[in-house]
Amino acid sequence: MSLSHPSPVRKAKNSIAYVVMGLAFVVACVPLVSILWTVIVKGAKDFNGYFLSHSMRNVSENQNSGGAYHAILGTLEQVGIAAVITIPLSLLVAIYLVEYGRGRLAQAVTFFVDVMMGLPSIVAGLFVLSFWLLGLNNKASGFAVSLALLILMMPIAIRSTEEMLRLVSPALREASYALGVSKWRTIVKVVLPTALPGIVTGMMLGIARIMGETAPALLLAGAAESINPNVFQNPQGSLPLFAFNESQNPSAFAVNRGWAAALTLIILVMLLNLIARLIAWWKAPAASR
Amino acid sequence: MAKRIDVSGLSAYYGSTRAIEDISLTVEPRTVTAFIGPSGCGKSTVLRTLNRMHEVIPGTRVEGKVMLDDVDLYGPGIDPVAVRRTVGMVFQRPNPFPTMSIYENVAAGLRLNGVRGKSDLDGIVEQSLRGANLWNEVNDRLNKPGMGLSGGQQQRLCIARAIAVSPDVLLMDEPCSALDPISTLAIEDLIAQLKNEYTIVIVTHNMQQAARVSDRTAFFNIEGTGKPGKLIEIDDTPRIFANPTQRATEDYITGRFG
Repeated sequence: MSLSHPSPVRKAKNSIAYVVMGLAFVVACVPLVSILWTVIVKGAKDFNGYFLSHSMRNVSENQNSGGAYHAILGTLEQVGIAAVITIPLSLLVAIYLVEYGRGRLAQAVTFFVDVMMGLPSIVAGLFVLSFWLLGLNNKASGFAVSLALLILMMPIAIRSTEEMLRLVSPALREASYALGVSKWRTIVKVVLPTALPGIVTGMMLGIARIMGETAPALLLAGAAESINPNVFQNPQGSLPLFAFNESQNPSAFAVNRGWAAALTLIILVMLLNLIARLIAWWKAPAASR
Repeated sequence: MAKRIDVSGLSAYYGSTRAIEDISLTVEPRTVTAFIGPSGCGKSTVLRTLNRMHEVIPGTRVEGKVMLDDVDLYGPGIDPVAVRRTVGMVFQRPNPFPTMSIYENVAAGLRLNGVRGKSDLDGIVEQSLRGANLWNEVNDRLNKPGMGLSGGQQQRLCIARAIAVSPDVLLMDEPCSALDPISTLAIEDLIAQLKNEYTIVIVTHNMQQAARVSDRTAFFNIEGTGKPGKLIEIDDTPRIFANPTQRATEDYITGRFG
């Protein structure tokens, strides 16, 4: 057996693998960089303070004017409401699944979470359309969009929270039990704080995912061109919907507005991710900082 | 107050597997009792039945009696959470709470049980850290994370955390097996001090350690895989090591098996 330098064959294999890996990385980056670049270049034309602070009220599609304020407001409210409902609910479901769930009920919940995970957003939108609008006779509104979005966010939030809770070492739970701390207090004071950074990241990924959903807004928000802060009444704007509608218009000014709306959406999602990372870093176990 | 433990006819199960069978033994107050025996003989299981930690794992159950002075820990109306406050436990691997500082770790048992009052806590934290021989090493960095300490310090932090709730009995499940010899020595010295106030039961794989720290030693054995573990004998430590009554004990101690 030779203990000298690696054989030429092994060296060659190593180099080939190295090059292949590098190429794969570059290929994976091409679409990402190209999307970002296109959106930034094309979106930057209209992206300014005026765009962010004005709506499309009384603006004709052929005019080089107007903005996305109504859509930004709508998206923030719709996503905000969906998140406010989804976060506590999915947290409780995940706690149930990890800490308490045994037997049939837990299996059923896990099964349906898995099924909902693959639910196309158009189906969620159609469900709310037939149930909330046609079935219960409500009018198109931002809240209807929230309902569809929360259906989409729930499985992501539950699954990621579940994973994070399972990562908390059983030794920590035992340490807490051994101090005479009850199960619920152990969950609230030991398990949740330990898993918090991961849970926050998971929730933010869920929010980022639903923020760009166009189908529910297309079906449920109604088309609004003016500012409507009330999610429960009258049609409301939405950023993905705005980007979609403007890009469909033959007017070059409208297309520019569409790109700017897309850029706004990307910036919002990035901001959310940044906030999530900050919270995760701030709440992380101090030793690992 | 240290208390006596009286175990009689104790069997414990994981699902349908019986892990230990018909264990009866007595642990005297203010003594150190060591549990020794080969891997899988059920000594840790016996230990975990003494503060009802065994049942934390789903599908487990216990038969028999564990008397703490004159209270049956498995009697009707006994709250396992309250039992664990009375019978504390230190684990094999140091497991300080990663989100908490040194101070918060020691105060955790009290805080999580609803004790407030900064001055009370300050006193108990200092007293517990002194009790665990850790005060001098950490008193200038109580607000630093507990995970930043060395392994041996972390284990003493866990001991401080366990004694902060002032239990009557302290159970230790191989507390030194993840530590280096110097940290082990520190913990052994600590055990010798702690027995003045607590009843201590320690599981160990290290027979020299059992001989060094314990007053009484219980030897457990298992006939074969799948069979339940049994108590072979319990006696004063010098007797167990010099002149055991059972052949299996002598074989194990002299290294003929296990």
